Amino acid sequence: MATLDALYQDLILDHNRKPKNYRSMENANRRAEGNNPLCGDRLIVWLLMDGDTIEDISFEGSGCAISLASASLMTTAVAGKTRQDAEALFVKFHRLVTGSLPTSDGQELGKLVAFKGVSEYPARVKCASLAWHALKAAMEQPNAVVSTE
Amino acid sequence: MPITDTGELDLDSFAALMTERTRIICLVHLSNALGTINPIKRIIAAAHQRGIPVLVDGAQSAPHLGVDVQDLDCDFFAFSGHKLYGPTGVGVLYGKEDLLDRMPPYQGGGDMISAVTLEKSTWAPLPSKFEAGTPMIAEVIGLSAAIQYVESLGLERIAEWEQQLLSVATERVSQISGLRIIGTAKEKAGVLGFVLDGVHPHDIGTILDDEGIAIRAGHHCAQPVMQHFGIPGTARASFGLYNTPEEIEALALALGRVGRMLA
Repeated sequence: MATLDALYQDLILDHNRKPKNYRSMENANRRAEGNNPLCGDRLIVWLLMDGDTIEDISFEGSGCAISLASASLMTTAVAGKTRQDAEALFVKFHRLVTGSLPTSDGQELGKLVAFKGVSEYPARVKCASLAWHALKAAMEQPNAVVSTE
Repeated sequence: MPITDTGELDLDSFAALMTERTRIICLVHLSNALGTINPIKRIIAAAHQRGIPVLVDGAQSAPHLGVDVQDLDCDFFAFSGHKLYGPTGVGVLYGKEDLLDRMPPYQGGGDMISAVTLEKSTWAPLPSKFEAGTPMIAEVIGLSAAIQYVESLGLERIAEWEQQLLSVATERVSQISGLRIIGTAKEKAGVLGFVLDGVHPHDIGTILDDEGIAIRAGHHCAQPVMQHFGIPGTARASFGLYNTPEEIEALALALGRVGRMLA
């Protein structure tokens, strides 16, 4: 697949057009803001945690197709998971987008492998990982602000 | 200073912004984000009536317009080497001699002193007073070559060529559906900032890059300007002396691909 088509896969374009879990959450007990001041991307991630389990997750914000689709797919990937599982998934996802994940390890990522093409675009790694950094921060403290720049 | 929806300075509010507390007015000659050529000569004259000095940021105007600092009567004028097809890390600050004479050095070091004793120091004459330490020797020589190069082509010819490119590009991209040009001032130079419905500027940048077209995407270090237009940023094609109308056609065709891929 040509590099550009590998970056903008149909799954990513679909989630950019119609992001899942794109809403604020009134009964959230965790919230984090992700900012990339240089490119202007800004996301808010809300979590409803029951102990260590992510009961509900949502987000809102503005950004490029990669950052919005990544946030959308992230919410579908971690809903119902424990904090430990979500963090482990982020580690793998980060290796995927930076090109350091062995192909054999890709299976556990499920649909998230759509972001493999990001590894050819080092400048876009911060777009793909912004929502994940916000998720991690929200799990670590109730009200956090993070940046991937 | 507030701006209008065409991206021009709102001069009506300018007079009221000058007060007895205004020490200096600093403004850009040619906006990097909008392409607007600001009426700085008028602004300088109005500021001088109130005894206020003016510093002009000419990073864009020095390489793309003919600039005569004495005609403008600006007190300071700054531009950088890398926007003049020259090296990075070097630039020029012009200042009126009487102002520079009255200003203390901002940095100490070799070559900026005249005589030093334990009791006091005196400063070297201009411009050495402001050039402490080992200068950027290679960069200054490179900048000199760049200046000679653009002067050999003629800044007026360069400005004229870029003006033609801008008008061709403005007309061509205006035909693209969903595209809106940001910055439509009457007095404008070779900067074409735009947004495309449903497509983020950074995605435009990545797709055009794949087509071999280098643009800049984002807020262009002008976030308040983007806030004025209610957008996160723009995609910006800027024209230089080496660009051609064929490249503008390639840009327009590639923007079509962006729309097909993402919108």
